[in-house]
Amino acid sequence: MTADEIKAAIFASLAPIAPEADPATLAPNANFREALDIDSYDFLRFLIALSGKLGVEIPEADYARLATLESMTAYFSKSPALSGG
Amino acid sequence: MPSLGADMAAATLMTWGVKPGDSVKRGDVIAEVETDKGLIEIEVFQDGTIDELTAQIGDKLPVGAVLAKIRESGEKPAAPATKPPSPEKHVRVSPLARKIAAELGVDLSTITGTGPGGAIEKADVERAASKATPPAPAEPVSAMRRAIAAAMAKSNREIPHYHLATRIDMTRPMKWLEAENARLPIQQRLLPAALLLKAVACALKQHPDLNGHWKDEQLVRIDAVHINFAIATRQGGLITPAIHDVDGKSPAEIMAALHDLIPRAKEGHLRSSELSEGTITVTSLGDLGVESVFGVIYPPQVAIVGFGSISEQAWAENGMLGVRPVLQATLAGDHRATDGRTGARFLDSLNRHFQQPESL
Repeated sequence: MTADEIKAAIFASLAPIAPEADPATLAPNANFREALDIDSYDFLRFLIALSGKLGVEIPEADYARLATLESMTAYFSKSPALSGG
Repeated sequence: MPSLGADMAAATLMTWGVKPGDSVKRGDVIAEVETDKGLIEIEVFQDGTIDELTAQIGDKLPVGAVLAKIRESGEKPAAPATKPPSPEKHVRVSPLARKIAAELGVDLSTITGTGPGGAIEKADVERAASKATPPAPAEPVSAMRRAIAAAMAKSNREIPHYHLATRIDMTRPMKWLEAENARLPIQQRLLPAALLLKAVACALKQHPDLNGHWKDEQLVRIDAVHINFAIATRQGGLITPAIHDVDGKSPAEIMAALHDLIPRAKEGHLRSSELSEGTITVTSLGDLGVESVFGVIYPPQVAIVGFGSISEQAWAENGMLGVRPVLQATLAGDHRATDGRTGARFLDSLNRHFQQPESL
């Protein structure tokens, strides 16, 4: 899966939670939750949706690696389930 | 029209879900009303048959007004009076459209929706706004903010609060949570909120004077523990629907209840019982990094529990200094109903329950 496809999945998962969020305005290295005003419940909801869309299990221990759009894309790009590795 | 909180004076009837002759049972949703807190489903509190719909769609009805007459089994039907209003199609409004309408001062009742099922969407509001001349000035204070202001002013005016705080070592509960979540799929993982709510419910069973309502100059204790949980909406307001019977639920069941309740609360789609039957309120602002929350009691309740963030702090024990995850828990109590001794014992019980997370 390409980085653009992963970003598309991220924004599709985000849409029901923060419908007013405009992907174009989100800086790649901005703190995702702070920039979009997402609380811990909505972040879990977002990860549940994203996990479903990508078919990737996300251990709770990895949540800290999903702080920015950039780090999220890198995390899923390296996922064996998505990289074919 | 049930009271859906101390801040509610009236609501507008939006839809009927029943017609005369329909059988209903306790808990059935029979209507939807628009309040400052959003669209609320009105449930019935008794079994029977709808005899008459006494309110019309669009009516603004004060708390206590009769919406419908329900005939209990065995009762004879009342003689027909006026022609009852026919059920109307429910017009839905997306949260974004509602927000934009509030910002632009557009009256939603004047818009025909073009979304699925006639739902009013963002584009419909923007189209209506562009036709309006001149645009109405935005409300300086939102309806929800006014509702919160009314409830909190009433609380501070009428309730003599006392405040207590305690620090709780969260090492055990956080380790327990980590171990649980490591074995659970993401859909079933628990947030600390599930443990906080369960611990409060357990402590309340030991200190029932904090679980109830102040009515007619006396404390009315309530056996069931229905916890109002403060939820911030994306529009900037706050709503506190109740999770029912928290004491009888496991943390997993509480988490499932949160999955049901929070999205509906944020979309402004709650049920009347979720707004009228709370016996205590819990507010947590840990997400925002604050250490302590000193809450304002939501009348007619007699207590509110506040939780700050769970953060690493210095912790001295047995002459040793270490770093542990620490939570500051607070209690605001109504001094008419209880005194500080009861509150202090409640916080002590809360701490003890957190130290035995496997028994929550």
